[in-house]
Parts: sequence; C-alpha cells; structure tokens
Amino acid sequence: MEPKILIRDLNVWYGDEHALENINVEIPPGGITAIIGPSGCGKTTLLRSINRLLEETDGIKITGQIILDGIDVYARGVDVTDVRTRVGLLAPKPFPLPMSIYDNVAYGRRIHGLQQVLDKGNGRNLDKIVERYLRAAGLWEEVQGRLEAPASRLSTGQQQRLCLARALAVEPEVLLCDEPTSALDPISAQRIEEQLRSLKEETTIVVVTHMLRQAHRLADYVIFLWMGTLVEAGPAEQVFDHPKDERTRAYLSGMIG
Amino acid sequence: MSKPYDASMARRNRIRKDIFARRIMKGLTVLAGLLVPLMLLALYLRARPILEAQPLTELLTSRVWRPLKGDYGFFPFMMGTFWVTSVGMVIAVPPSILTAIYLAEYARPRIRALISPLIDLLAGIPSVVYGVWGMLTVVPFIEKVAAPLLKRWLGVVPLFNSENPTGYSVLAGGIVLAVMVFPIIIAVAEEVLSAVPQGLREASSALGATRWQTVRHVVLQRAAPGVVAAVVLGFSRAFGETMAVLMVVGNVIQTPHSILDAAYPLTALIANNYGEMMSIPLYDAALLGAALILLLVVLIFNIGSRLVLIRLIRR
Repeated sequence: MEPKILIRDLNVWYGDEHALENINVEIPPGGITAIIGPSGCGKTTLLRSINRLLEETDGIKITGQIILDGIDVYARGVDVTDVRTRVGLLAPKPFPLPMSIYDNVAYGRRIHGLQQVLDKGNGRNLDKIVERYLRAAGLWEEVQGRLEAPASRLSTGQQQRLCLARALAVEPEVLLCDEPTSALDPISAQRIEEQLRSLKEETTIVVVTHMLRQAHRLADYVIFLWMGTLVEAGPAEQVFDHPKDERTRAYLSGMIG
Repeated sequence: MSKPYDASMARRNRIRKDIFARRIMKGLTVLAGLLVPLMLLALYLRARPILEAQPLTELLTSRVWRPLKGDYGFFPFMMGTFWVTSVGMVIAVPPSILTAIYLAEYARPRIRALISPLIDLLAGIPSVVYGVWGMLTVVPFIEKVAAPLLKRWLGVVPLFNSENPTGYSVLAGGIVLAVMVFPIIIAVAEEVLSAVPQGLREASSALGATRWQTVRHVVLQRAAPGVVAAVVLGFSRAFGETMAVLMVVGNVIQTPHSILDAAYPLTALIANNYGEMMSIPLYDAALLGAALILLLVVLIFNIGSRLVLIRLIRR
C-alpha cells in the first residue's frame, strides 16, 4: 500500500536545539496514527511539520522531505496554503474565530473562494455544507437554533467540536490532531474521540497524545518518539503487544516517561 | 528575655511600615483620580462670568470675536480645531494602522526590534521642534508645490482651492499633527495586535488562509476595539496639541472653507492671548471657557471610546 505521508530524513532545530533527528517514517492512508512519547520528545514538532505550520516559528530550521501523495510539501513551488487546505489541524485548545458559529464553519470555504462557484448553482449550498460538517462533528443538535451567535459563547467542549467542524468543512485529506482533548472534560473528550473514529474511513488522521490510554483506544498505527528520535513505528497491536525496542517496552509499562 | 521582645518589636515595625506605605500610595492614587474633576470645577468657576453673560448656544455658534466690544463667538476657533484635527487624523490613521500591522504581523523580530524604538522616539520630540519643522519645510512646500498642484488638478472642488494660499493653513497643521500622532497610534495598535493569541492566527492559517486573509478577517476583527482605542488616543493628542499647530496654521480668525485656508484653533486662541488684556474680566472668562470646551470634548471622546470598548469586549 502506498503511504499517504512519507517522512524522509526530517531534521528540525529550534536555534541550537536539535528537536527532531533523522526521522524516517510512513503514515498509511486512512485510519488513525497515534504519535506517542513523553513530553518534549518532539511529537507536536513532528505533527506541525506535516502542514508546514512549524516554519512560522522564529529561529527554526527544517531539513528533509515530507511527501504527501508523492509530492514533497517542502519542495520549491509548492503553495503552502494549498498544503494546509489538504492537511487540516485540530489544536490542543479550541480557538474559535471571532465570528458567528456559522461563519466559523464557512470560513475555510469562503477564503478559498470555493463558495462563489458553488453558490452560483445553488444559493443554499453553504447552508448545507455548514450543516453537514456540524453534524459530522456532533455539534448540530446543540447549535442549530443559534447559528448566528458568536462562537465564543459556546462551552469549551462545544468550541472544540466547532473547530473540528471548521477543519472538516475544507474537506482535508489528512487531519492532524494535537492533543485534541487535553483541554476538555472526560465527556467532551469522549465525544471528540467518537467523531475521530467515525471519520477515519475517509480521512487520514494523525493524533498526538501523551495519554497512553487514548492511544490504545484510538490508534490503528503507532509512532513512538523518544528525545527527538524515532524509536519504533508500526501497527498498533504490534507496537503495543510486541514492542521491539527496550525503550518502547519501558515507556508502555510506565517505567519511563 | 530580651530576644522575644526584640522580635516582636521588629515585627510590629514591619507591619507599621506596611500600613504606612499602603496609606501613602492610596492617598496619591486618590489625589491623581481627583485631578480631572478638580480641573473641571476650577475651569467652570473661572468661566462662569462668560457663561452668565452670554447663553452657551450663542457662544458656540457666534462667528464674531471682538473681545473689546464684548463679542465672544467661539465658532471660528472650534471650526479651526475641528478642521486641523480632522485633516491630521485623515492623514495619520491609515498609514499608522498599516505600519502597526506590518510590525506586528509581518516583520521579523529583528526588524521589529530595530524599527519600534525609532518610531517611539518620534513621540518624545518636543512639539516646538515639530512646529519649526512645519514652518521651515511644510509651509513653503504647501505654498510653492501643494497649493498650485491642488488648484490645477482639484481646483473645482472648494475643499482644495483657496483665494489666499500662503502655506500657513489647515493642511500644514494637519500634516504636522499627523506626524506627531503616528508614533502614538502605531505603538498602541501594534501592542493591541500583538496581544491577539497566536493560536487564533494558526487556526486561520491551518485552514489554508493567506497571511493577509488571516490579518483581515481574524486578527483585525479580534483587535478592532483596541485599534479604535489607539485612534482615539491619537485623536486626543491631536485635538489638544497647541504649540506645533499654532506655528503653522496662520491664526486668522475665520471659518476655514478649504484645507489651504488659514485657521485659528481653540488651543492657539488660549495660548496666544492668555495673560494679555486681562483687565477685561470677561476676556479671561472666555479663554477659560475655551479651555473648558477642550477638556469636555476630550473627556467625552475618552469616555465614549471606553464605553464602546467595554461593549465590544463583552460581545
């Protein structure tokens, strides 16, 4: 099977700090890939290198290739906004845009000018898209009567599902989730996990988590990082049940990290 | 026996110092808070003779200013202030905000660290220096270059045509004011834009928005109240500026009809005349009445903008 994302010789430095060292790994299409490891091991750095959000950081240096469907996203001539349209992001904390619930979901479509084209055929099209993705994020029932209300009025759990709907509305092929439930209560966290599981057929999902139990619940594939290096990667059963590396075994059993 | 006694003394002393420090600071804070009401009261008391001699509406709308004959019409001066401040703000606001956006959203940290202090320096230059610059550079430029060009290109529009363009004009005052207000608006707006959480920018760019789309639809939306506050702050500064303006506006008692006409703002009226001819009691009261008007307008603008801010933040 062709990998959806192929990471080749990725190195990242924050100033003098070598944050990721020679990462080589494949992320298969579909399913949920969990990136696990202790704090500061480079999980988020690896994740944010995929949609090129990493390069916005001051003093960063990135080398290597990240090949998405056969094309290196860091190659010259690649439009970064195009990469980010194909690779969505769900951040650790919800950041609703300063606008209504409806406009938050519609935002991605509107900035890409997709909507003018679609609206010519059918004026109600955007309404349908907003509804579809609010449903996909499991938020529709709670907000359908107040779509014009500011998004900031929603609870944190609802805001995170709104951010999920907003990311999905652009119809990304890959969805990156950076500790997507770390700011949420257990019930809201569970709802996000359910939505992610239901999305994994059409979308390649990459989740960063420091919660091993969450990785157990969600992951089809696992990438284990330790101090900026890749220790082990493979199908979830293999990594969880028959880890090859001593460090993986120690981390999974709670002896380190 | 002496040891525990000493300890309790030291303890009591420590607490006494704490109470003393708190009282001094509280007293000074209350005093600072009282300054504005006290100034309002003092100005009102000193201006009362003129308010009793002429109804307020007449003071504000009369165009005749003949102190020796008892005519005190503020209208030309209020218009002078209004014109000069407006022209200054129109010139200052768009470039200031664009500069602030560049510094906060686009500039690399090193460039920002280099340029921001330079812009802040502008705010520290004494206003008389701006006035001299205005007289030596801006006024001749308007007389020899700007006025003839404006007349040729836009002469049909009364706003850009004057019968007597000497260079000493509303436009000269506006340009000088604009330069003085730049650093204030830029500094505050940059601060406000930088306070927008990074996660919000990332949320937008992670959806594939360009930098400009993120700035336009997200950062500016979020920072709008603060940007308004920055503009109001600049306005207050421009509105009350005296020295630099009176050096370049011409100080002719008339209601300007064009940006090339001379004007006579309220601040210049007070600065040029206070202390002279004080034998006429009403004259003194009239000038302090002008000061009262200035103070009230600035107060109203500040309070109004604060109310707008509070409402926008709650939303």
